[in-house]
Parts: sequence; C-alpha cells; structure tokens
Amino acid sequence: MANAVEVHNVSHVYVNEHGAKLALGQIQLNVEAGEFVALVGPSGCGKTTLLSIIAGLIEPSEGTVRLFGQPVAGPTPRVGYMLQQDYLFPWRTIRDNILIGLEVMGQLTPIKREYALQLLDEMGLSAHAGSYPSELSGGMRQRVALVRTLATEPDILFLDEPFSALDFQTKLQLENLIYETLRKHRKTALLVTHDIAEAIAMSNRVIILAPNPGTVYQEVDIPASLAELLPTDAREQDGFQPYFRQVWQAFVQMERSKQPL
Amino acid sequence: MKTQEQPQRGKVDPAHLYQAYNKARNKEKLYVLITRILLLVVFLGLWEVAGRLKWIDVFLFSYPSKILKLLYDKAIDGSLFPHIGVTVAETIAGFVLGTLSGLILATLIWWSPFLARVLDPYLVVLNSLPKVALGPLFIVALGSGILSIIATILSITVIITTLVIYTAFKEVDPNYVKVVRIFGATRTQSFLKVILPASFPAIISTLKVNVGLAWVGVIVGEFLVAKEGLGYLIIYGFQVFNFTLVISSLFIIAAVATIMYQIVAAIESRIVKKR
Repeated sequence: MANAVEVHNVSHVYVNEHGAKLALGQIQLNVEAGEFVALVGPSGCGKTTLLSIIAGLIEPSEGTVRLFGQPVAGPTPRVGYMLQQDYLFPWRTIRDNILIGLEVMGQLTPIKREYALQLLDEMGLSAHAGSYPSELSGGMRQRVALVRTLATEPDILFLDEPFSALDFQTKLQLENLIYETLRKHRKTALLVTHDIAEAIAMSNRVIILAPNPGTVYQEVDIPASLAELLPTDAREQDGFQPYFRQVWQAFVQMERSKQPL
Repeated sequence: MKTQEQPQRGKVDPAHLYQAYNKARNKEKLYVLITRILLLVVFLGLWEVAGRLKWIDVFLFSYPSKILKLLYDKAIDGSLFPHIGVTVAETIAGFVLGTLSGLILATLIWWSPFLARVLDPYLVVLNSLPKVALGPLFIVALGSGILSIIATILSITVIITTLVIYTAFKEVDPNYVKVVRIFGATRTQSFLKVILPASFPAIISTLKVNVGLAWVGVIVGEFLVAKEGLGYLIIYGFQVFNFTLVISSLFIIAAVATIMYQIVAAIESRIVKKR
C-alpha cells in the first residue's frame, strides 16, 4: 500500500534571542494509508512540532515530508487536524462552527453543507445545531470539533492529544467514537498522546519518541486482535497488558539512558 | 449493582424554595429602587430648600426649580435644541471617526509586526501626552469651527482605542488561528474570521470608554472655539455669570451622555450575550 505520510530525516531547530534549540533530530517515519498510528513520548519530545511540520504549518529546518507522495509545502485540504481542546469559536453557532473549514476553502456548496450536517447528526448533535458552544459539555464540544475536522473530507487526520482535556469517562466514550468514525470513513490517522493505554487501545502501531531532541526511540506493532477492537474492548483483552508493559519499559529505559553517570 | 435509594423528601420543596428566593430578590430590588429615588429626592429637596432659604449662594449654585424653569423657557422659545443638536452631532461624528480610525490603525499594526515595533514608542508618548494641550494647534490648523472640535475628540480617543484593540488582537489564542490555518486560511481570512470576531468584546468595551472620552473632547473643543453647543453654553454662562445656565447645561449633558452610553450597552448585550 502507498504511504500516506513519509517523514524523511526531518530535524527542526527553534531559534530565538536566547539561542537555538534542536527540537527534532532526524526523524524517520512512515504511515500507510488506512493505518492508525500513535505517537507517544514524554513532554518535550517534539510531538506537536512533528505534527505541525507534517501538516505544513511549520517548515522543518532539514529533511522532507511527503503526504500521499506529494512534498508538503503548506497546509493541504487532505489533512484534518484536531487540537488538544475543541477551540470552537464562541461567537458562532455549532452549525457555523462545523462549516468554517468549507467557508475558508471557498467550498461551501449545498452538497458539502448537507454532508457536514449529516456528520453532526451521526454524532447525535443535530438538535444542537443552533446552539452556541458555551451551551455544550466538553465531550459534546470535542465531538463538534471532530465534525468540523471531517466536514472538509480530509484523507488523513492528525489528532493532537484530543482527549487530554476531558474527564476519564468522556475520554473513553470519545475514543470509541473517533475510532469507529475513522474506520467507517476509512481515514488514516496519526494520534499524538502521552497516554500509553490510549495509544495501544486505538492504534495499529505505536511509535515511541525520545526527548531532547525528539527522535524515534522504538516502534511497537499492535496485533490485529487488539487493533480491530473498540478501544474500550481492547483495554480489557488479555493481550493488552504485555503491550502496555513493553511500552512502559521503553519509557523507563529511555529515562535511565538520559541519567548522567 | 445497587442504586442508592432516594432519600425521603420530607418538607423540602424545590418549587417553593425557588418562589421564596424570587420573592426575597424582588423585595431587595424594590428596596434598592426606593433608596435610589429617595436619595435623589432628598438631594434635590435639600438643594431647593438651601437655595430658597439662602443657605447657599444662589448666584453660584442656583437651585433645581430655577434650573427647570430656565430649561423650560429655553425649550419653549426653541433656543435650547440647536445647542443640543450641534453638540450631539459633533460627539457622534467624533466618536464614530475616533473608533473607526483606532480600529483601522490597530489592524494596520497587527498586520505588520514591523510597523508595530516601529510605532511602539510613539504610541506610548502620544498616549501619555495630555491631548487637550494640542487644542491651540488645532485652532490654528483647522480654524475655529467644527473641524477643530472633532480633531479634539479624535486626539483624545484614537490612541487609546488603537492600543486597546491592538492588545485584544494580540491576545487572541493562537490555537484559534491554527484552526483556520489548517484549512489553508490566508492572513486576511484569519483576521476576518478569527481575530476580529474574537476581539468584539474588547472593541465594544472601547466603544463604552469612547462615549465618555468623546464627551470630554466635545466639551473641551467647544470651550475653545464654539459659537454654539452645550460646551459653549457653559462658557457663555460662565462669562455672563449665569450659573443657572451652566448647571442646566450640565444636566442636559449628563442626560444625553447617559442615553448614548445606554445605547452602546444595549448593543453590547446583544452581541456579547450569545457567548
């Protein structure tokens, strides 16, 4: 299968008046079309920087990124991006919030509009189309953000810790919902998270990043027997714990190797 | 799983408690209103009595019925309304122009961070300068007429409006902009769809401040150059030692300024309420 994402030798340096800091060091990774890949790592490993580079929001200091074979030169409509919080615009109704992408792209046709509203319905939120974000709960708002992301029909979704601001129960429900929705619409996904269990439960493959500078430390393939299951079901499988331990061990080792002797 | 049994309600009745709460609230509201009116009546009454019994110098401080009579006479002979009209028109013109110029300037310096850095010290100096001191320059440059008055209002409102709105632009969470950048938004789109609407509450609050400032500007401007208007009436009353006229003008200014402020507040609650 063709690679949806190819990151080749990407390094990134942040420069400001205090000096230059290497945030990413020669990152090499691929995501196949249809795959669900999770990026985990301690804070400071450049997860969000990496996503921003792949999404074309930041130009890497070195290296190349290809999306579906095309070199990345800026944001493309093929990418959808979910942030840590919903960032719904409080001055727009839910309906207007989910249409913002189409509006910006100049593609607000009746058909696309209908599609967006249908997605909203799928999330069980069509009754709230006329409400303002402040009237909705955190979980509902993040569902609206998902609709906003999917409304432009991207081929690949970047999920930047989209569950981190939610309470645990809502987080589990939303994990299932996003998992199912992405499967159903056959999207490729790249999930950034610091939650090891979430990474294993949701993805086909977990990529562990080491910090300072961010580098790929280890990759763990999750077998289909877990990956095919809903995240909440996967968490309960016997096979789940060994993978959790494996990723956790990697974190521990990483920590040790960073200790000065 | 066992669910907890509903505790016996007993005598607690939420609907009843809500009624009682509302009753208590309405009662308090009423007391506030009564006290307010009482305060006004007592103040005006004391003033009236003090004036009539010559406890205070009537020549300087006048008293309410005298003021009302003057206002009534001037309203009947029609000599009052042109003054109100002129001043209100100047205030509105200056207020609108000042707010718009501030908004445009803020947009420009938001657009160009370079310009923002260049202008920063000038804005600080201009903001600290007592702008009223520019009055004589306006008279020389623009003549002693409505232009000078509007220039006075602008000098007072524009800089502060620019600074407040620019700060609001800068404080918009960059993640909101990220949302539209992902969709490929241009800088213009980011501004129109995110930065500007996100700053509306701040813009509205500068409107409120500007109503007050515009009144300061218009009165100072009229002190300096006018041949009509409420500021002119105050200066004229002062020159002919007719302090009843001075205080009457103050009354009208207080009333009209309050109305303008309430209009802006009404606009604010319409726009901001939804959030």
